[in-house]
Amino acid sequence: MDLEYQLIIPEFVMAGLAVVVIAAALMFRNVDQKWFGYATAAALGIIALATAIAYWNTNDDFGNVLAVDHFTVLFRVFFLGIAFFTVIAAVQFAGERLKNHAEFYGLIVFATLGMMLLAASRELLTAYLSLELLSFSFYILVGFNKLNPFSNEGSLKYMLLGAFSSALMLYGISLIYGVTGTTLYSGIEPDGVAAGRNIADQLASFAGLGGGVDPEGARPGLLIGLVLITAGLGFKISAVPFHQWTPDAYQGAPLPITAFLSAGGKAAAFAFFLRLFSEAFLPAANEWVWFVGILAAVTMIVGNLMALQQTNFKRLMAYSSISQVGYLLVGIVALNAANVSQSQDAASALVLHLIGYVTTNIAVFAAIIAFYNRTGRDDIVDLRGLAERQPFLAFAIAAALFSLAGMPLFAGFATKFIIFQAAFNNGFLWLGAIGVTASFVSLYYYLMVIKQMYLYEPEGSDRARFHVSRPLAGALVVLVAGVLFIGLYPTPLFDVIHSSTEGLFEQAAALSASVVGQ
Amino acid sequence: MDAGEALLLLLLIPGGTMLLTLFVPSRHANVVRWISLIATTATLIDSIWIFAVYDFAEGGYQFDLQYPWIENIAFLGENGISLHLAVDGIAAPLVLLNGLVGFAGVLVSWKITHRVKDFFILFLALFTGVYGVYIGQDLFFWFFAYELAVLPMYLLIVIWGSTNKEYGAMKLTMVLVGGSVLIFVGIFAVFAEAGAGTFDMAVLREVNFGRSFANTFFPFFMIGCGILAGLFPFHTWSPDGHVAAPTAVSMLHAGVLMKLGAFGVIRLGMEILPAGTDFWMPVLLVLGGVAAVYGAISAIHQTDLKFVIGYSSVSHMGFVLMGLGTMNNIGVNGAVLQMFSHGVMTALFFAMVGGLYDQAHTRDIRVFGGLVRKMPLFVIFFGIAGLTSLGLPGLSGFVAEFHIFVGAIDKFPLFAALGILSAALTAIYVLRLMGRAALGPFNPRWESLKEISRWEIAAAIVLIAPIIAMGVWPDPFIDRIAQSVADLPQVEQIGGLFTLSSLTGG
Repeated sequence: MDLEYQLIIPEFVMAGLAVVVIAAALMFRNVDQKWFGYATAAALGIIALATAIAYWNTNDDFGNVLAVDHFTVLFRVFFLGIAFFTVIAAVQFAGERLKNHAEFYGLIVFATLGMMLLAASRELLTAYLSLELLSFSFYILVGFNKLNPFSNEGSLKYMLLGAFSSALMLYGISLIYGVTGTTLYSGIEPDGVAAGRNIADQLASFAGLGGGVDPEGARPGLLIGLVLITAGLGFKISAVPFHQWTPDAYQGAPLPITAFLSAGGKAAAFAFFLRLFSEAFLPAANEWVWFVGILAAVTMIVGNLMALQQTNFKRLMAYSSISQVGYLLVGIVALNAANVSQSQDAASALVLHLIGYVTTNIAVFAAIIAFYNRTGRDDIVDLRGLAERQPFLAFAIAAALFSLAGMPLFAGFATKFIIFQAAFNNGFLWLGAIGVTASFVSLYYYLMVIKQMYLYEPEGSDRARFHVSRPLAGALVVLVAGVLFIGLYPTPLFDVIHSSTEGLFEQAAALSASVVGQ
Repeated sequence: MDAGEALLLLLLIPGGTMLLTLFVPSRHANVVRWISLIATTATLIDSIWIFAVYDFAEGGYQFDLQYPWIENIAFLGENGISLHLAVDGIAAPLVLLNGLVGFAGVLVSWKITHRVKDFFILFLALFTGVYGVYIGQDLFFWFFAYELAVLPMYLLIVIWGSTNKEYGAMKLTMVLVGGSVLIFVGIFAVFAEAGAGTFDMAVLREVNFGRSFANTFFPFFMIGCGILAGLFPFHTWSPDGHVAAPTAVSMLHAGVLMKLGAFGVIRLGMEILPAGTDFWMPVLLVLGGVAAVYGAISAIHQTDLKFVIGYSSVSHMGFVLMGLGTMNNIGVNGAVLQMFSHGVMTALFFAMVGGLYDQAHTRDIRVFGGLVRKMPLFVIFFGIAGLTSLGLPGLSGFVAEFHIFVGAIDKFPLFAALGILSAALTAIYVLRLMGRAALGPFNPRWESLKEISRWEIAAAIVLIAPIIAMGVWPDPFIDRIAQSVADLPQVEQIGGLFTLSSLTGG
């Protein structure tokens, strides 16, 4: 088979970049560390732009294990963007509070590489390896502040539970392989010819399109495999009840890594989730839709209720991100084997919400990092009087939190509206209703934060106004503008997303066309 | 009648002013104030123009304007979500109301000195949101504007409020957003059931929703919107919120925001799901009647001036809901008239109470006495609001309540009697209030009080003019409202309306 290596140049470049950053720091010991940060950010930005321009019209695959389609390209650019903003937000923080800066940036680049590969994977083991690359980078990054016991604790918990979840997933993968005899997701070549044995084909032939019990007695294996894979993924995206590591890892990790974990880590796991469940598992939707639905409902409810009691801002954001995972899972539940176009709408809604959520979350964390750089504190009460001390930060945090709560003007309103609508259209009225109610509850704890910033006067010894470093402030302006733009006019972004999710349903569309044809 | 750009201006002027204000350095407080005043003056003129030009002989929706916003993506078809604006005879007076109250609100906010810029930005956001609800013809946009009107309340109360503001603000926000959860679910259900791929109300009005669907989802709109209108038993946020809010916000809140709720019942409930009205509107009538009496009784027991007016608002909004519940042309007309009348009246009330509180730093009725010696204009204005509230003929309250009672007698005589009883109770607390605080023996503690400021006097005059105008010459209002009320599905025609022309036989 001819492998077209030019398809994965960005991945090679990323691997090279990580090594170069680490090596350069060893060579140039006298250079101010912040230049490594800015250089990394600049490189990430350039790679993102170049990838977008060079691959936009590509629709190909690399040996059937990596797809380089619109979906991959969209996510490549998205992950590079996340890493770009994370690094910019991290520079001052890393300089003042961390050691070994070059390794820090290098690991961020490695994690990003893992994300990019994960979104492209269309074969279970490739996906698993990419996920591990991502996870291992994060294990180290979470514990990067090695003199801080919280950081160690968070890292250890994350690593142990992460290893456990990887084992679950591997077992699930082996069962799926046992049932279907393949680890390929689907086999539609760009020219529309089926390319041999693959999961989607096998599932479709077992179940008959639309689900049901298969004749070969493979159902228990299939079901257990699906449950195990979902559980393993549940750990990675921190869905309830697999979420226990999240608050500790979020609290222990250095702030920029918390941001990166909550944005990039989630986005990558969802890219994997979405590709796997739409490309490979869609024909068996009836088997998994109910437990993913329950997972979504429980995650939304528990995440929000736990968030109500938090006093530390990072833990609050951990639970808030858990509840966001619940909303995102609604998009998976709304995938529907019988109606490909509705499924594609649901997938697009999921990606839109994901992008909106990530933009918002990075904005929150960038603002909190700026605040932390000055104060070194991250409890909710420490935000008291921020509106007096630094009105722009207070505004950015308030806008982002309102967006997370799904209030109009901001991204959260439009994206939630569309994702819940997708659930309604697929007959999940109850799930949508739980989602709307849960986001109503979430407003309460976001308001508690906003109240601290706006209602009270500054307290403590340090009450002076302060400045935010230029690059960080600039990044924050861009992010808040993005949140407003998605909230007010999501159409262009949605169009891009919609064209990118098309590829995920090629095989399903072909199958349903053949069923209609009969 | 075309010229929908006039409606667009209602959103663009305050919205653009918000953006403009963002770039004014916060030390130039007066610049911010003047910009806001100019903006609200412009919207007031625009509102008056729209009200005047609305062609009531033709009726229906006018000033129609539609721009695509989000369409042809996912489940959305042609015109899926659009910026669709229009007013009918019901919305026209309410647009005018918002213009009046917003203008007066800026005047009485002149004395705010704490973070002036932020205040006016949020105030204008609220103001824009309210306009959006009155003129929006697309469910998505409507809900967007509805939330936009609720959202700034929290910050406005928490930063500039008084008495128990943390509690009041949180309660208000959570209860109102809780109500909007119901509306949200209802909107989804309507959208999915219609299957037209659009949120355009003009399309959805044409869809014939089945009786069982309508019966199931009508209460989502009725209760969801009703909460904002102080629907019993979900009304308790309202007095707490009013008391905590700063003066101008109380004005906008009681004067305009609560009307959004009743307006929502008409727009979403009665227009889109008419099949649900048979079953649910009597419920609304009963709850409205209870609120009317209960609010009045509670008001009698209060000692804080703002609580009195807060409960009085619950009582008066009870009339509105009762009027809607009658489902006949006279009652529904009365409800819309009452929305307008109560809006200006209660704004006047709050403006005056704010003027007093800023000097006296208390609102306890029991400590005041003989204020007329120090603040004659205050007492006159306050008195006019009070007399409107108890339904004195010649003022707007009478016209509105008269219609509501006539409408109710036709269908539910018992509740008409309850309503009249609560109007009588209103007389008790209003007259007692006037007798004690305004007249009565002078309390020397208040020797230092001065007349209300000229800004407040100006605001009061702006608000009193429509009260008297509607009281003595209700025809312009009734003409506009009646035509659109007659177009509402399921509303029964039981007779003519109380207009001057009907009295003189013309």
